[in-house]
Amino acid sequence: MPRKVVITGLGATTPIGGDVPTMWANALKGVSGAHTIEADWVQKYELPVTFAAQVSTPASDVLSRVEAKRMDPSTQFAVVASREAWRDSGIEEVDPDRLAVAFATGIGGVWTLLDAWDTLRDKGPRRVLPMTVPMLMPNGPAAAVSLDIGARAGAHTPVSACASGTEALHQGLELIRSGKADVVMCGGAEAAIHPMPMAAFASMQALSRRNDDPEHASRPYDLNRDGFVMGEGAGALVLEAEEHALARGARIYGELAGTSVTADAYHITAPDPGGLGATRALKAALFDARALPSDVVHINAHATSTPVGDKPEYIALKEALGAHVGNVAVSATKSQTGHLLGASGAVEAVMTVLAVYDRSAPVTINLENQDPEIPLDVVTSERKLPGGDIVALSNSFGFGGHNAVVVIRNV
Amino acid sequence: MASNEEILAGLAEIVNEETGLAPESVEMDKSFTDDLDIDSISMMTIVVNAEEKFGVRIPDEEVKNLKTVGDAVTFIAGAQA
Repeated sequence: MPRKVVITGLGATTPIGGDVPTMWANALKGVSGAHTIEADWVQKYELPVTFAAQVSTPASDVLSRVEAKRMDPSTQFAVVASREAWRDSGIEEVDPDRLAVAFATGIGGVWTLLDAWDTLRDKGPRRVLPMTVPMLMPNGPAAAVSLDIGARAGAHTPVSACASGTEALHQGLELIRSGKADVVMCGGAEAAIHPMPMAAFASMQALSRRNDDPEHASRPYDLNRDGFVMGEGAGALVLEAEEHALARGARIYGELAGTSVTADAYHITAPDPGGLGATRALKAALFDARALPSDVVHINAHATSTPVGDKPEYIALKEALGAHVGNVAVSATKSQTGHLLGASGAVEAVMTVLAVYDRSAPVTINLENQDPEIPLDVVTSERKLPGGDIVALSNSFGFGGHNAVVVIRNV
Repeated sequence: MASNEEILAGLAEIVNEETGLAPESVEMDKSFTDDLDIDSISMMTIVVNAEEKFGVRIPDEEVKNLKTVGDAVTFIAGAQA
């Protein structure tokens, strides 16, 4: 039997809460984190999309000024979330050589990169600051977290677009199962609400254009969905070998029972319409967790609210779970948080762990006319999950054909 | 042209901005590395910000000679003259 891996600490900074208790209370209630962007660059560049889901608590409220100025916003979010998760775990002492980091990002330090390019053009090379490279590198969040908690068993950065955060958990599980680490700080961070990525995502017709009504723009499974809403933030989870957690009497939220990662090899951005890659990922994750489809009571779906993306996920779920798919309480929390890209899988994993721990599923907002081609049991109001032994899934899919699934089991 | 006192005060402000050190701890005889614990990346940021603030050029090969705050003040004053 592989080592059992449990979750002992949670952290988050998101558009619906700057910490886990606030985020979770809002997620159960159902609020929108999407608002009109109050920044001059929206008008300056005449962006076709003028709203996004920005973090509800700016990182500058939490970090010191000097600390923050040496970090890209994506790294700031990672440090904020991982510090909360670390405190929450209650770990006081751990062998640094047995402590690893797997902290993902989809895009990396895009603010730093583009600010430095502006500086180069406006003021010349002398003014391009020496911290530019360490701030823009995609491993910046993982490196900063490793420095912060003194993790020496490796600091990894899975990059698989919007599947990155979930892939970090996959990597963390492998690190502990293989015996390379006893504790892993896993997570994902993203800070790409910048005019260039906003323009680029809009150009590929991926973003909702509901500029006059941002709060209702992210509407997974609704007939009138017209794209995703850009989000930002970070999620963090402390994974721990079960025997390590038990030895220190830790509070255990749940078990990371299984994970899987597959690739579509179908198209660079379009999901395989038959959901084949996602189906394989779901089946493999359930097998990895030694769970049956009938054990699954809750799914935090990828469900980004794009016209083309939501349905293939349903097809994959139907294929992997069979007739049982109709009995599963499905939550599309991007309706509240927007799409945190490389951080989304981590934030949604935090919610899935809490759903299992609290036996409550988070709410999907803005579902007015459910797409008849996606007849899932979508959670739209307060919903308790059953008692007894249960399993929940969180799915993430990314441009490039990346599919990642995690399986959470109660303890 | 700024006086040495004005240059010191301006430099202290730049160091504070970069490192969070209290401006009054930035004194003429303090070593950037040994006393103020400023690493090479922060030092380059301070140098570039000082160039802008005082309208001078501090060549890269000169930076290694600026061991103390006083060295930097003297260099900047000389470059302004």
